[in-house]
Amino acid sequence: MTTLLSAESSLTIAGVTLECVQRGQGRPVLLLHGAGGPRPSAPFMDMLAQRVRLIAPTHPGFGNSPLPDWFDNVDDLAYLYLDLLDRLDLHDVILMGFSMGGWTAAEIAIKCTHRLSKLILVDAVGCKFKDRETREIPDIWALHPSEVNKLTYFDPETFAPKPDQMTDEQLLMVARNREAAAMYLWEPYMHSPKLLRRLHRINIPTLLVWGAHDGLATPEYGRSYCAAIPGARMEIIEKAGHTPQNEQPEAFVATVMRFIEGK
Amino acid sequence: MRAWYFSENAYPYLPDASTYESIRVNLPNKYFDPKVGAELYHRYFDEWQYADDVGLDLMVNEHHQTATNLNPSAAVVTAVLARITKKARLLILGNPIANRRDPVRVAEEMSMIDNYSHGRLECGFVRGVPYETSSSNTTAVRMVERFWEAHDLILKAWTSHDGPFSWEGRFFHHRQVNIWPRPFQQPHPPVWITTMTPSQILRVADRNYVTATFLTGYDQTKRIFDTYRARRQELGAPMSDDRLAYAALLFVGDTDEAGYAGARKLMWYLTGNKVPPQFRNPPGYASHETVAKLLKGASTAFDRSSPLETCIEQGIVFGGNPDTVYEQLRRHHQAVGGYGNLLIMGQAGFLEHDDTMRSIELFAKEVYPRLKDLRPSSEPATASR
Repeated sequence: MTTLLSAESSLTIAGVTLECVQRGQGRPVLLLHGAGGPRPSAPFMDMLAQRVRLIAPTHPGFGNSPLPDWFDNVDDLAYLYLDLLDRLDLHDVILMGFSMGGWTAAEIAIKCTHRLSKLILVDAVGCKFKDRETREIPDIWALHPSEVNKLTYFDPETFAPKPDQMTDEQLLMVARNREAAAMYLWEPYMHSPKLLRRLHRINIPTLLVWGAHDGLATPEYGRSYCAAIPGARMEIIEKAGHTPQNEQPEAFVATVMRFIEGK
Repeated sequence: MRAWYFSENAYPYLPDASTYESIRVNLPNKYFDPKVGAELYHRYFDEWQYADDVGLDLMVNEHHQTATNLNPSAAVVTAVLARITKKARLLILGNPIANRRDPVRVAEEMSMIDNYSHGRLECGFVRGVPYETSSSNTTAVRMVERFWEAHDLILKAWTSHDGPFSWEGRFFHHRQVNIWPRPFQQPHPPVWITTMTPSQILRVADRNYVTATFLTGYDQTKRIFDTYRARRQELGAPMSDDRLAYAALLFVGDTDEAGYAGARKLMWYLTGNKVPPQFRNPPGYASHETVAKLLKGASTAFDRSSPLETCIEQGIVFGGNPDTVYEQLRRHHQAVGGYGNLLIMGQAGFLEHDDTMRSIELFAKEVYPRLKDLRPSSEPATASR
């Protein structure tokens, strides 16, 4: 799919063009979306944009961001966003990532935190804690889509995507997002074998926010993640699955704002 | 026209389909009884050998983690055929090289078979069916690029004879490639590549490889073959019908009734293919446009429940007495502009040994001699149906 991005809604960083939403005023929050793709019109985005300056790029291959032919893994994303922080000359940035965006945020924070002040990982993937025969994250590409929805949402009825109600344009975007997700996550499945050994390098205050009913990256998985990051703590959002920002936007925003504002 | 006989070597003795989610990928192999399976292998070899005896060429394919096909290694099967057959060309269609971690191993195995058979190998490369991204754990994203890099590496391995070369590609790394043995045929065995849509065909036509298309019926087959021919014309290069192959289910009986009955048994290949959406439509396999349609509930490929008459009408199945089958084939051949290779799935599902052998015999004696002189016509596909 070829798309035309306006100058206001896009950035080009080291030859890579990104769709990028920038909204709100105040402390900069670099927000990295998950494998479902960006949700610029989600209620939690509006709520956050009233309190902070949101910088929300779309990962290459997702949404309207082109996919460079050399791009293929989360490490590529991490370096791209380190370049973005330099390019925009941002300081005291709150780095917040959801699911695979959380993995990306962790990969950024283990490399360099000098432009970051705090890290928020929301139902993040990316780590492997158990042995080779224990698949910690269900294989979403080997499960019926309805099963994946049950694992993803506390209330799938309300929150799961409904392809039969989508426009052709929306369906094309879903198709593009799902292909991009597979590119980043297929193998090793949803993790970097080295990340766990590097999390000790994270030297900024870190909050993990987890949906109590996340069946993909479970709260137990989140607790292992939390234990591997020095000084990190974890908050559970009730009545939410893998995307607490969508299922419980008020509670989610209140939780992250408490952390951002240091209360 | 050359005719190539094949069977997918299914293991059809399964519990009721309502008791399992999928016949592919996750069907437990406790349903494979080795005592039954071992005999099946030998039976299928007998059928291939008989097809060789009566003058047909042979084809072998492979699939993985499935009861629809007991051959996860086409190379192993073809190695046996290379030893137990005498005349037939041996077509592997094919090696799913985008799903192989090591293309050099493919180059080595193909060279071995080519030597075993004194140069009877025809080597196909296939992209592979969507289900097998699971069994190989390879992503379908950039699968076509991976396919062509594997192809390039294999071709170079076959044709380099002066010591090692180095390969540090996007997908594959080999610093010391120097295969033993090299192929029997020089410079290398004929190459076949399957294509199911016209968009994939340009690179195949550019190399003058044989292209094969499976169960694409009338209109889609014509589109694919026309695209191939047009590309050759555009290149100012020669074109021969032996570059084109069509695969379908085919059963010849002594009477129309016997032919239809056998063809219905072959259709287990279609009706038995129970596969849920997550395996039919892995991310990256189909175009975004196709995925969008599938997400909306469109069905893939063919309707599994179509009756025989519809499948015959669509050119997916050929069945009847020798005259009927000849007439069906002649019509299809003419409608799509001709092709030089007919790939015959002559056994599937519960089709028994005796019926399979009789159909092979009738085809070889009563139908095949008449096909050898078929010439394409210029009539459009629609006019002759």
